[in-house]
Amino acid sequence: MRRVLVQAADFSYADEMQTIQQACPQAGAITSFVGLVRDQVGEARLSQMVIEHYPGMTEKALHAIVEQANVRWPLLGVTLIHRTGVLPANAQIVLVMTASLHRQAAFDACAFIMDYLKTEAPFWKKEIGEFGEHWVEARASDETAKQQWNQPQ
Amino acid sequence: MKITVLYFARIKEVVNYSSEIVELPAQVETIIALKAWLAKRGEVWQQLFHGSGVVRAAINHALVDDMATFEEDDEVAFFPPVTGG
Repeated sequence: MRRVLVQAADFSYADEMQTIQQACPQAGAITSFVGLVRDQVGEARLSQMVIEHYPGMTEKALHAIVEQANVRWPLLGVTLIHRTGVLPANAQIVLVMTASLHRQAAFDACAFIMDYLKTEAPFWKKEIGEFGEHWVEARASDETAKQQWNQPQ
Repeated sequence: MKITVLYFARIKEVVNYSSEIVELPAQVETIIALKAWLAKRGEVWQQLFHGSGVVRAAINHALVDDMATFEEDDEVAFFPPVTGG
């Protein structure tokens, strides 16, 4: 089971958990990650986040990341949903769910998918708040997090 | 050669275009040559492609480096390092 969505609409964690559980009855483990819009940047309040993306490339990049995770770990199912557009503070941005027979593959694949998404999927965030508005800068630590998956295990 | 060029995020705001179709001279067929050709448009473009900021590129939806080549009717995109998740 592979469910990859790029959408403006919010997602329901409970509904998605039910979907992946029903699709993967053999699963002994499901790991999930939800990314949220912070309500502060430093000391200043954030009111909105705008997420721009590259339609066409985004979907291909996400499918390629999920495919790499499937090659590395024995996964029974993956759900990956990323929202775009204008999101208020505290909104859900991204959901990853990974199902496998045992927990370690589910944990590792979930972290791997987020680390690759952060550096390879064409999304850009703009923060709007008391401080005005600015594009979020890419962080070197995100690249480092991705690189660790390339080191010999 | 005719190609489509797309711009995203901060770069789209800086150049004030989201997309354009450009007719290129014969020798402009790599990302690095395209950057140099666009940089000649003026100060803003010069600063964008030859300044300190990182500009990433994709050809037909695949991330590429500066030496990658494109062909007639390809879609080339320029954007800042990604920040999703």
